[in-house]
Amino acid sequence: MNLPVLKAADFASDQDIRWCPGCGDYSILAQMKKVLPELGIPREKTVFVSGIGCSSRFPYYMNTYGMHSIHGRAPTFATGLKATRPDLSVWVITGDGDALSIGGNHFIHVLRRNLDINVVLFNNRIYGLTKGQYSPTSEEGQVTKSTPMGSIDHPLNPLSVAIAAEATFVARSLDAHVKHLAETLKRAAAHKGTSLVEVYQNCNVFNDGAMAYAQEKSQRLENTIELEHGKPLIFGTDRDKGIRQVGTQLEVVNLKDVAEDDLLFHDEKAMDPSLHFLLSRMRHPVMPEPIGVFRDVEGVATYDEQINDQVAAAKAKHGEADLNALFNSGDTWEVAS
Amino acid sequence: MSVQPEGQLIADKEISEVDGITVRLAGDSGDGMQLLGTQLTNTSALLGNDVATFPDFPAEIRAPRGTRAGVSGFQVQFANSEIFTPGDTLDALVVMNPAAMVTNIADLRRGGLLIVNEDGFDAKALKLAALTEDPVTEEIEDRYRVFKVPMTKLTRDAVKELGLGMKEADRCKNFFAMGLVYWLFGRSLEPTLRFIDNKFGKKLPDVAAANEKALRAGWAFGETTETFGITYRVAPAKLKPGTYKNMMGNQALAWGLLAAAKRSGKEVFYSGYPITPASDILHELSRYKHFGTRTFQAEDEISACCAAIGAAFGGAMAVTASSGPGIALKAEAMGLGFILELPLIVINVQRGGPSTGLPTKTEQSDLLQAMFNRNGEAPLPIIAAQSPGDCFDAAQEAWRIAVKFMTPVILLSDGYIANGSEPWKVPDVNEMEPIVVTHPPDAAEGDAPFMPYARDENLARPWAIPGTAGLMHRVGGLEKADGSGNVSYDPDNHQLMTDKRAAKIEGIANDIPAQEVFGEESGDVLVISWGGTYGACHTAIERCQREGLSVSHAHIRYMNPMPANLGDLMRSFRKVLVPELNSGQLRMLLRAKYLVDCIGFNKVKGKPFSVSELMDQIHEIADKTNANGQKVG
Repeated sequence: MNLPVLKAADFASDQDIRWCPGCGDYSILAQMKKVLPELGIPREKTVFVSGIGCSSRFPYYMNTYGMHSIHGRAPTFATGLKATRPDLSVWVITGDGDALSIGGNHFIHVLRRNLDINVVLFNNRIYGLTKGQYSPTSEEGQVTKSTPMGSIDHPLNPLSVAIAAEATFVARSLDAHVKHLAETLKRAAAHKGTSLVEVYQNCNVFNDGAMAYAQEKSQRLENTIELEHGKPLIFGTDRDKGIRQVGTQLEVVNLKDVAEDDLLFHDEKAMDPSLHFLLSRMRHPVMPEPIGVFRDVEGVATYDEQINDQVAAAKAKHGEADLNALFNSGDTWEVAS
Repeated sequence: MSVQPEGQLIADKEISEVDGITVRLAGDSGDGMQLLGTQLTNTSALLGNDVATFPDFPAEIRAPRGTRAGVSGFQVQFANSEIFTPGDTLDALVVMNPAAMVTNIADLRRGGLLIVNEDGFDAKALKLAALTEDPVTEEIEDRYRVFKVPMTKLTRDAVKELGLGMKEADRCKNFFAMGLVYWLFGRSLEPTLRFIDNKFGKKLPDVAAANEKALRAGWAFGETTETFGITYRVAPAKLKPGTYKNMMGNQALAWGLLAAAKRSGKEVFYSGYPITPASDILHELSRYKHFGTRTFQAEDEISACCAAIGAAFGGAMAVTASSGPGIALKAEAMGLGFILELPLIVINVQRGGPSTGLPTKTEQSDLLQAMFNRNGEAPLPIIAAQSPGDCFDAAQEAWRIAVKFMTPVILLSDGYIANGSEPWKVPDVNEMEPIVVTHPPDAAEGDAPFMPYARDENLARPWAIPGTAGLMHRVGGLEKADGSGNVSYDPDNHQLMTDKRAAKIEGIANDIPAQEVFGEESGDVLVISWGGTYGACHTAIERCQREGLSVSHAHIRYMNPMPANLGDLMRSFRKVLVPELNSGQLRMLLRAKYLVDCIGFNKVKGKPFSVSELMDQIHEIADKTNANGQKVG
């Protein structure tokens, strides 16, 4: 059979895109449209499910099936859909407010259940659609419309939460680092189980430059560290610094003083999440922030696979359903005419 | 399997033939009263009696032993004719301790049997029940026929040879009580012996043996002692010919969902979050994975509803259930389901409210929640089940409407129906009509663009599901343009879509049967009821009619939209009485919609209506309204 070769444009819907000019969302949309044709999954088998927020308008712009749902609940819709339709490729598009605040509960549960879906979390550390209140990832002290004296909430670290929930795939990328983003989305799609990709995404209207330390090309090499499976953690413009583990802590060392072999080597396949959790704790400005795949654990059964396996096993054990047999089971009695 | 009473064992005691018996078994919540009641019900049903039950238990799993708060009761009426309620006043009351006696004695009719486990009435038990003296006073003995039986001691003696510990031995005393009750009312031991064997025979043979011995000892006690001089017999009821089975409401609901799935060629996706009294639907459906049923215990109520909507988008038969507080949490998702125009069943097994209210008690006060608990203009069809067995039909009707009109449907049950039971005539699956479900097929390049919000003659939109080539579309909570479903903020379009969605739901009135009337179609009093009060209302009205009152009964199943002829029907009577276990919710809707001045009869005590209180109310209104000013009845 000759399958049509799809291009990025084939995944674009006919709807006008209404994000603010300069929004980081455009870049994520563009990379998604570029990646999807490479996956070889037909458009009609692909479903985007989103919650509420700027990012959650995403499904309208994709020429696939889509559902723009309600605040924070996209993972739950995806659960019902994927559990009954494991043949579909399901993507959840969400933001930091949507996923971590109103949807915090569902975020945890979809990850621990390991439903075979891909979650893309756009993190701009601000509420954009409601015009500029602080979000669960906003820095302490951040002045916003609802925190004129500075936010007193301690920010939530989405990857720490995900790793604590023992998510089987956890990654981070940047809207401005398009190649890295495309590669990360591809890795997420390839993973069997819930994959979470946090994308640092600039909101140039309400929180411009909040993650410039990671986004700006000039600063990125100093302030981020690219994770590679089996490789030592090295960073810096001159690749002259590394990360070493001392007890239960990580520290930045200079490669002049420490041999490469003594650095922490990244193991994304480790079933034990402890080291991945440590990596998720690396925060700017004390440490470079890791980008790439923190964790990609294989062989963990997925929720959709298991719910359908149980149905198959029950059918194998009891035979095909027979309503007559069910209705007449147990104690019955006859009333004669 | 049919069974006969072991009448041949009765030697020299008088046998009294009666039309029906109402008995309540009451004890501590650890005493196994629910089990006892269920067994008595099943056995009576197998004898061919019509049965109706009413379990009543505390909200706490184990309230402190022996206290009034911890009393658990189970009421059953078995009769030789068709009955619709578990009975008003009790003919017999079995109590295992003083707390059970004082909290239930008021319902025992004068001259009724009071069977007391006298071992349960020691000083400690009196203190736990907050009593200073034995409640079995001379006055009580004058008023009722009291039988004191040392059940605990007799049970210990009966199981002595098995070498059980005291605690294990005492745990069998409910089976002793059961044996005694079975003897008194001529019930066969066989079904319960079979139950004991199935439940404990293989795993816990000691327990099985002890329960059996206790059961037989209870029977033998009645048979051999001089305590009881009389036993009672209730002949089989003349029900419609067929095969019957004793059914509880929640089980019937689950089976109705399975039947609806079969009729529509679908598999059930059921998601729920544990809540009393709806949890049993989840438990029941979880057992039928071989029917393709997928059950999902969600992390919360809104998740359960959203997951169901996700499954509906994918083409499954999606169902979620809860009780009032949980439905409140699902409300936002229900609004989304409404604007997405996807088929979905949302079941509310109502209980006493507000908030956590009376979680194990019955009430029907979520009607207005069902009508209005969504933001924006979001009417939903509402169907109310009327009895345990009727839940089977109501579930299928909900799904028929959901797929025909592409809309979520609310199905109302309540705690009284959910935990109550009655004989259920087993349907012939081969005679079930299909529920037609269509999904548009693949479209080819060059076909006209797919319109996800185009409408058919019922104003329903197509149920196009992911995986269908060429029909890719996006749905969401934002207002959609007529036809294309694209996001639209156009004011005229919003008006149009609001009107169309409302017209679609209102149009369901043309697809449902006209309101039936029990009795004349005009007269003095029309009683309008809905939901679980059916049985009590029907019985009360039947009796009032026999007394010569001009009273008719309209029991509404379709709460929204209501049957088209309902307004005219109401106007054909001088007075309309609306009894409800709430403060007047249906009455408010009827008055608003039909401008007919209905009279309410309302009660929120966590208890169902009794037939007699309804009859009193009907009499009062009929007396006032009789056209000739004559006293009637």
